[in-house]
Amino acid sequence: MFRNINQLNDLHFDVLKEIANIGVGNAIGALSELISTQVKMTVPEVKFLKFNEVGSILGGDEVIVFGVLVNIHGDINGMMMFLLRPEAARTLVNSMLEGMGLGESDCLDEFNEMELSALEEIGNILCSSYLGAMSRFINKSAKPFPPVLARDMAAAILSVPAIEFSKMSDGVLFIDTVFETQEKNASGIFLLVPDFDSFGTILSALGVA
Amino acid sequence: MNRVMVGMADMNITKDPGVLITLGLGSCVGICLYDPTSKVAGMAHCMLPDSTQIMNNDNLAKFVDTAIIRLINDMGRAGANKRAIVAKLAGGAQMFAFNSTNDSMRIGDRNVDASIKILKELNIPIKSMDVRENYGRTIELHTSTGILNIKTIGKGTKEI
Repeated sequence: MFRNINQLNDLHFDVLKEIANIGVGNAIGALSELISTQVKMTVPEVKFLKFNEVGSILGGDEVIVFGVLVNIHGDINGMMMFLLRPEAARTLVNSMLEGMGLGESDCLDEFNEMELSALEEIGNILCSSYLGAMSRFINKSAKPFPPVLARDMAAAILSVPAIEFSKMSDGVLFIDTVFETQEKNASGIFLLVPDFDSFGTILSALGVA
Repeated sequence: MNRVMVGMADMNITKDPGVLITLGLGSCVGICLYDPTSKVAGMAHCMLPDSTQIMNNDNLAKFVDTAIIRLINDMGRAGANKRAIVAKLAGGAQMFAFNSTNDSMRIGDRNVDASIKILKELNIPIKSMDVRENYGRTIELHTSTGILNIKTIGKGTKEI
């Protein structure tokens, strides 16, 4: 049983990357269906960032981002976040609502009630598919609670997963994947933040604890 | 003028003329201390309320209890009169509107509660606060005036 996130070695990182690959692969499939567009993803990166560097993964501490947070319970506890910039949020929301015959907009500052709930649902579908795939792969339960959406400065949004990590380390482990839709340029980031014990559970399940 | 950045789980002090800045404070609490007599200022960006609850507690700036004491001592060494120090608080938001009593979701509140309690124990008066709610804040503490500037996304700016 490892006692400190700072002790993670290359093998651990590879395993976490593989889990992210499977999770995101599944989530991207769900997204493609939802917006009827092919979606590509990058190979996931596992990064250990110091607290004062976390804002940089989204382009700066004060950059406005949307975050969908899903708390996880079961054998694996913790949280999962899906983060994106307003441009990407607009692209995804328009794609989804267009498919339903509803209007679209170019506005990046204002999202109406329906658009926000569409975005929350996109985050929910993505996180749930990710968790479902991961859960089957490691044969441990990881059930999502209902999603919650927030829009604010990147550092403020990221303070939530960072605080979870601060209980066990002096930095944040980000399992981060960028996806892009082909015609419409939209990218987002997934963050899986298992709590300390769940890290052990995931690594044990794969025989690398 | 010194522009001093204070990151997450970080703290810093500056003498006049200077400004201490934290960008995008979320559920963390920004503890601002100021001695109007020497114009020495200090700021801590704390993530958790209580260092005694956590095994890995070497980073004093991460915890409300240890950061406040360290900040006061650092300010004293920089020429502040410890008895004249006053406090302002910002942050401690609940960024996601969970309708739950889940402890980790209420962390912003607990950070604010701990700050108020410890400042009271140390007899440091809290001059003003802009805390809790559900939005992020960028804060700037100015040594010349002791004013704390607060910027938000969509919730305006204010001086406290």
